Amino acid sequence: MPLSKNDLDAILLTLELASLTTVLLLIIGTPIALWLARTDSWLKRPVGAVVALPLVLPPTVIGFYLLVSMGPNGFFGQLTQSLGLGTFTFTFTGLVIGSIFYSLPFVVQPLQNAFEAIGRGPLEAAATLRANPWDSFFSVVLPLARPGFITAAILSFAHTIGEFGVVLMIGGNIPGKTQVVSVQIYNHVETMNYAQAHWLAGGMVAFSFIVLLALYGGRNARMRAL
Amino acid sequence: MLKPLKHSLLALGLVFASGAIADEVKVAVAANFTAPMQAITPAFEKATGHKLLVSFGATGQFYAQIRNGAPYDVLLAADDTTPARLEREGAAVPGSRFTYAIGGLVLWSADASYLDGTDAALKAGQFRHLSIANPKAAPYGLAAMQVLAKQGLSETVKAKLVEGQNITQAHQFVSSGNAELGFVALSQVYKDGQLSSGSAWIVPDAMYDPIRQDAVILKQGANNPAAVALVEYLKGPEAAKVIESFGYKLP
Amino acid sequence: MFGFGKASPPAVQDDGRIRARFLVKHPGFTLDIDLDLPGRGVSALFGHSGSGKTSCLRCFAGLDRPQLGYLQVAGALWQDSERGFFLPAHKRAIGYVFQDANLFPHLSVRGNLEYGQRRIPAAQRKVALDQALELLGIGHLLERMPSALSGGERQRVGIARALVTSPRLLLMDEPLASLDLKRKQEVLPYLERLHEELDIPVLYVSHAPDEVARLADHLVLLDEGQVRASGPLKETLLRADLPFASDEDAEAVIDGQVCGHDAAYDLLELQLPGSEARLRLPHTALPSGHQVRVKIKARDVSLALNRAEDCSLLNLLLATVESWQALDAQILLTLRVGEQRLLARITRYSFDQLGIHAGQTLWAQIKSVSLLAP
Repeated sequence: MPLSKNDLDAILLTLELASLTTVLLLIIGTPIALWLARTDSWLKRPVGAVVALPLVLPPTVIGFYLLVSMGPNGFFGQLTQSLGLGTFTFTFTGLVIGSIFYSLPFVVQPLQNAFEAIGRGPLEAAATLRANPWDSFFSVVLPLARPGFITAAILSFAHTIGEFGVVLMIGGNIPGKTQVVSVQIYNHVETMNYAQAHWLAGGMVAFSFIVLLALYGGRNARMRAL
Repeated sequence: MLKPLKHSLLALGLVFASGAIADEVKVAVAANFTAPMQAITPAFEKATGHKLLVSFGATGQFYAQIRNGAPYDVLLAADDTTPARLEREGAAVPGSRFTYAIGGLVLWSADASYLDGTDAALKAGQFRHLSIANPKAAPYGLAAMQVLAKQGLSETVKAKLVEGQNITQAHQFVSSGNAELGFVALSQVYKDGQLSSGSAWIVPDAMYDPIRQDAVILKQGANNPAAVALVEYLKGPEAAKVIESFGYKLP
Repeated sequence: MFGFGKASPPAVQDDGRIRARFLVKHPGFTLDIDLDLPGRGVSALFGHSGSGKTSCLRCFAGLDRPQLGYLQVAGALWQDSERGFFLPAHKRAIGYVFQDANLFPHLSVRGNLEYGQRRIPAAQRKVALDQALELLGIGHLLERMPSALSGGERQRVGIARALVTSPRLLLMDEPLASLDLKRKQEVLPYLERLHEELDIPVLYVSHAPDEVARLADHLVLLDEGQVRASGPLKETLLRADLPFASDEDAEAVIDGQVCGHDAAYDLLELQLPGSEARLRLPHTALPSGHQVRVKIKARDVSLALNRAEDCSLLNLLLATVESWQALDAQILLTLRVGEQRLLARITRYSFDQLGIHAGQTLWAQIKSVSLLAP
């Protein structure tokens, strides 16, 4: 196997990062998506725009602002320091936070669309059938929004696997902690280890292709079922 | 050996005689040489009438791009091995390689009170993060590791090391405060002959292999008079003054 | 002021009636109603589209929250904005039938029916699943998904689903509006059975006069967000000051009991309460004693001082003139036949010619009688 220990660690780390980010994003993104789908408040548009920012901003911009704000002179860094947690740059936690920002719209938007598609009807029906808001969320909204959740999870996972710019800015290239696959490929190119770069990059292409195949295949199956 | 000389004489002649056929030269410049290059560019353009298109980045990346057809005319590398390799592989104009600067390593902190001109703080080890450039890809990073080894600190600081992809990023980590201190290029924190901010320990030359930074004319720039002009300018007195003011030494 | 944290709603006097007061202000439309409805039978909320019927129903359900609201249902206080009390929809013992059934697409018919039933404690389950299945005739559809049902089937499942939660108040929002004529005819009988077999008060929103005439016991007329009339069905239909009576199609609703059938001529005979009078109309036989409702249009009733002989009209009833009202060149009269009332519309000329006056007894000649319920 032409992959070194660092390479394997990078792969493992990347998978951990993507999984953790996806889980956290589903938890964080769901209430945001729900609010965006339901609200009539004037805040809806600005919040929607903020959520969509990571779609258009270069990842290095996100990374740069994270670097500054998570550092000891930044707002977030000072907050974490005052809580005795130190700063999050160069840590896996920092990467998770960065990834959450980076992949946020990939979770919120499919969920928001799914919730909007459900409409008010089923929820009102549920209320007239004695379901309180929590109950109707779990018994009506979740099942009906399931395709949206699956799309959100897959997109978030795949997108985080490919994350580079953000990690580059705040990672520090620490093996086992912040040295993810994309950075490792960059390292190999930098040091002219093209063979290893090929192995890792090729692997990523294959993985992404399979993920997208599953996503689209699944969607077609789901659409046929309707 | 005579060819480049003939070329340069011819080019110089053309320039002085015709008073400018303005050519363009695309230069790939190592990240650590950013500040001096930014100072040299307007002076060069004014003196020769040629236009300079500069890209800053990591030497390793430039190598990969050049080998895959990137349209650079001249490379100012951060090391001497990359230009040599390019020459060996026939991607550069033979004989055009020369050392344009000798890099100085400095241990630097954005905090003006952190370092006292010695390596005391480094030895004390009270910091959480020490920033260096990736030693596999950047000669300044390699030099930093040499210094740490020389001081016997390699093992103790290992857990606190954070690597920037290039010397610019290594500097960024320190300047944003995320790393309390780091090994950066002297040119990044030196201006007009003195430290522009923060505090530092200028690492004695004896502690690391000299960082010879070589430049070379690439195949693409072989018949580009502006490329030749640039090389000549870099060897000249005006450039030398600028280069030294940023803390580099000259060969 | 949400009412949360109040252990139980304030007590109110229980006389079994439904009292509601809602004020909802929207740009361009205000709903301002004050109703006192019987706690039994079907109360129809009738009006044109845009009159506020659905808004009103949604306030009853707690789906919309009015600026000012008071709602008391059979002794339970559901809402009182003055005391800051508001019981949310999911805490109200209502059943709601939506215009488009609104079944859960991800659950089978059984899943839909059990959804509500599961959420009420076993002790409160008065309407059994079987009963609802039988009432609505949907037993054979249990395992189907909503997408595999016809419009009429979906609506019946929607009604059953609402019933199975054993509600104290059944709210129906134009349940037949989205059905074609055939489906309407299919579902209406089920609604009538509901009416007969269950003791649950119903609020029925509709803009279709026939549905209202057939099902309602109490009629509320809504117009531009205000209550124009609220009273027992038959009386309200006759009120000369309401659009009903002055309408071209003004009609009276009469209840009768089947007392015979002429098989040779296929004529059904009805007896009217409190009167010797009989009504006859062409219709297939119905069981004797069966209660039916008929409607008689004002323009189909003509008057004669003497009983006509040798005349083609089947129905000649002795009636007393109760009151009358001038409408342009015509006069609208309210006549009493037994315990019930009829409307008649004649020209002012004839009125004067015949010298008709209140209290007079004369013959009502009815040209056409329509049966509302088979």
